[in-house]
Amino acid sequence: MKFTLKIWRQKNATAKGEMISYDVAGISPDSSFFEMLDTLNQNLVMTGGEPVAFDHDCREGICGTCSLYINGRPHGPVKGVTTCQLHMRSFVDGDTIHIEPWRAKAFPVIRDLVVDRSAFDKIIQAGGYVSVNTGGVPDANTIPVPKEKSEAAMDAAACIGCGACVAACSNAAAMLFIGAKVSHLALLPQGKVEAAMRVQKMVACLDELGFGLCSNTYACEAECPKGISVANIARMNRQFIGAKLFSEKEKTVRDSL
Amino acid sequence: MTRLNARIPEGPVASKWTAYKSASRLVNPNNKRKLDIIVVGTGLAGASAAASLGELGYRVKVFCYQDSPRRAHSIAAQGGINAAKNYPNDGDSAYRLFYDTIKGGDYRAREANVYRLAEVSNQIIDLCVAQGVPFAREYGGLLANRSFGGAQVSRTFYARGQTGQQLLLGAYSALSRQIALGNVTLFNRRDVLDTVLVEGRARGIITRNLVTGEIERHAAHAVVLASGGYGNVFFLSTNAMGSNVTPAWSAYKKGAMFANPSFTQIHPTCIPVHGDTQSKLTLMSESLRNDGRIWVPKKVKDVEKLRNQSIKPADIPEEDRDYYLERRYPAFGNLVPRDVASRAAKERCDAGFGVGRTGVAVFLDFADAIKRKGHDTIDALYGNLFQMYEQIVAENPYETPMMIYPAVHYTMGGLWVDYELMTTIQGLFAIGECNFSDHGANRLGASALMQGLADGYFVLPYTIGNYLAAEIHTPRFDTSSSEFTIAAQAVTDRLQQIKNCGGKESVDHFHRRLGKIMWEYCGMARNDAGLTEALYQLTELRHEYARGVRIPGGLDEYNPELEKACRVADFIELGELMVRDAQQRAESCGGHFREEHQTSEGEALRNDDKFAFVAAWEYKGREVSATLHREELQFNEIKLSQRSYK
Ligand SMILES: Cc1cc2nc3c(=O)[nH]c(=O)nc-3n(C[C@H](O)[C@H](O)[C@H](O)COP(=O)(O)OP(=O)(O)OC[C@H]3O[C@@H](n4cnc5c(N)ncnc54)[C@H](O)[C@@H]3O)c2cc1C
Ligand code: SF4
Ligand code: FES
Repeated sequence: MKFTLKIWRQKNATAKGEMISYDVAGISPDSSFFEMLDTLNQNLVMTGGEPVAFDHDCREGICGTCSLYINGRPHGPVKGVTTCQLHMRSFVDGDTIHIEPWRAKAFPVIRDLVVDRSAFDKIIQAGGYVSVNTGGVPDANTIPVPKEKSEAAMDAAACIGCGACVAACSNAAAMLFIGAKVSHLALLPQGKVEAAMRVQKMVACLDELGFGLCSNTYACEAECPKGISVANIARMNRQFIGAKLFSEKEKTVRDSL
Repeated sequence: MTRLNARIPEGPVASKWTAYKSASRLVNPNNKRKLDIIVVGTGLAGASAAASLGELGYRVKVFCYQDSPRRAHSIAAQGGINAAKNYPNDGDSAYRLFYDTIKGGDYRAREANVYRLAEVSNQIIDLCVAQGVPFAREYGGLLANRSFGGAQVSRTFYARGQTGQQLLLGAYSALSRQIALGNVTLFNRRDVLDTVLVEGRARGIITRNLVTGEIERHAAHAVVLASGGYGNVFFLSTNAMGSNVTPAWSAYKKGAMFANPSFTQIHPTCIPVHGDTQSKLTLMSESLRNDGRIWVPKKVKDVEKLRNQSIKPADIPEEDRDYYLERRYPAFGNLVPRDVASRAAKERCDAGFGVGRTGVAVFLDFADAIKRKGHDTIDALYGNLFQMYEQIVAENPYETPMMIYPAVHYTMGGLWVDYELMTTIQGLFAIGECNFSDHGANRLGASALMQGLADGYFVLPYTIGNYLAAEIHTPRFDTSSSEFTIAAQAVTDRLQQIKNCGGKESVDHFHRRLGKIMWEYCGMARNDAGLTEALYQLTELRHEYARGVRIPGGLDEYNPELEKACRVADFIELGELMVRDAQQRAESCGGHFREEHQTSEGEALRNDDKFAFVAAWEYKGREVSATLHREELQFNEIKLSQRSYK
């Protein structure tokens, strides 16, 4: 197979980028999308050019490192897979393929197709955990958890932190990502204890990190490679409202003392 | 020779760890704040260690090459994690887990370490559940277990096919909490390129900032390496693309001995290679062997018909199929350990019975299981794996058998450590896959996750305290000292040399060649002549590499080719050590199969009189051969016997 690639090239965070066109040929339909890019990069190295930088690691859809915006869609044309799980058989021989990085204020470009997603780490640092230390916890079977709750928690916990939801959103909101973490933990008795505080802390840092507001278009759910449901956003909103009421009540109690 | 002392505590194996903990020195909370620890790696081992050390009050700096600690390669583990909880009441115990692990490792692991691993395994599950890890559960709300990788009890805990992901996210959340509290500082997108010694003790590391290219110095009272395994020496493996040996290798060159480098695990159930541009291999979880039956045709003419597509696998009648694992190992059947299953697949393919376009694959068939258990049950158990397979291969495993072939998956070898997980460099610890300790010559399924978390949560936090208790008067280190300056300069020089060598070929070109040599001569089957040939080819490759690699771009910018270049240079050197280790070990054990040493039935033949030792290699310089040291293994609890899965 052969393809024309139009790829975003940008030397560093401050440089101006542009789309550059490349041709690749002799690609097997069984190749992965990244193996196709590897071929391009090999050619570039051999001919004295600079290879295209892109983020990738596991190449099997679980680490969340890969992040390409292909033909106007995060992770490309196939639903429910990451960029690294795309195969060239999903494209038509002779296609022109547009490849860009995630575009969001919170995810600035580092080089070419590589972006900085440390804002996601900051969100988790704000509260995406259960506050337990190593040691001193009860036996794992002390608290039974209904199977459907634990399955629902697992559904939410499957998020790979790739950022496609943010890239897909016209407001660059991170609600699906946060919703997934808030739901995962709130659905389990172990995480429920500090659920109210968690959601407040996680939402509070969004603005500062450069994420936009959710306007319920659900583009995030449509592009999420792990099928994370927008029901998680609704669950988070309920938690959030509950938490606000709770903290106002707490404030009134405190003020009246 | 006197340097190898494993420092195993006295007393019966079951009480060694308790005895150790009672006697080890402690650091009081005020002093912990004055002590810095560097942790290299944020996989299960590194993240759990960094989080736990932060909780204790140490000042921790943690490093990873990925953009986020959550992306460490541990995330990819699918199948599960073992623990001796005995929840199913099927006779499990710490002793049995210990026994199985020693036996599974073909009697080449240290009893004391393995017993401790089994002993702390239950605490891991308790902690992970408290962190919110959504393990699979039964309808009654209690945790579910499955049998995995040839175990005769059900002791494996799992979270769908994403156990590694969920455990890592648990450790990552604990780590994130410590980062927020200011106890741990995160350095992401950093390549750790050297270890710095001051007066013989590990006191820091040199890193390259992968975004800016800056060479940075970091100092601490102790350094912990948790940088994972080195399977990528084979180019094609199930490891993540960035997995590398560089932190461990740099430590080796500074005096940390490297143990059993040739002990590699080749996993039987991976998706076969599709062609020359293949960049990595994908594992299909071992759990599939619980229900899938492995076979190849009995008749060569069926093999040919399959290849020219004149028949489908389902057209081959039952009596013309060779379920070779069930035939050779009636007691364990499709559940024999990984090394046995892998070699048996190779044996059939070498004999000309391999299937698929390339003839280098065998069938893993679910037709019987679907008939017996129903489509829905199979879907619930393996749905995501079937999907993954279909995505990659474009065939539906519900309709036609999967095709699988063994691939490099895990490295049992690694930095030599004593009972305290300290290397032969004072103050340098190694945990997780990057040490050699617990799996002997073959690792059992679901035991690497257990080991990584045991090391990080429950072992290192104690043992490092015993070391640091003597360091409370040591002030923080200044990174402008001559030791740091020399090390940083050496790293810069090395990068410049690689960059300016003026070659013409890409890094991958050399890496692929390296992989071919290793797979051919130091893979599933090894022999003396082949290993000699490998050594010759590797020396050649090393020289060619030094003159022949082309690195575009600059040193002071984001430069993935440069990153790979250092890693591959280290892999080539490591390859030579692996080959020498394989050659030295004139016996077959676990994943190390020497063709000269097999029974008449083609099974691995150990030589306990001569080889019941850990081979620890000491670096002696670039053009000088490494020196072999032996740690003799004592088996007091378990009687050595020939592994038999018949
Ligand atoms: C596909 C797959 C499935 C598996 N399934 C199972 C399973 O079901 N059960 C089981 O028990 N085991 C399984 N294993 C094995 C297990 O996952 C690994 O052995 C284990 O996760 C290793 O953990 P670790 O913390 O030692 O290293 P890793 O998770 O590999 O982490 C290494 C860390 O070191 C850092 N690092 C490495 N090099 C550098 C450098 N040069 N500079 C800076 N940082 C660096 C990385 O950034 C990373 O953070 C599986 C392995 C694979 C490949
Ligand atoms: S919610 Fe989906 S798209 Fe967003 S980060 Fe998680 S996996 Fe990626
Ligand atoms: S590279 Fe890991 S998810 Fe794509």
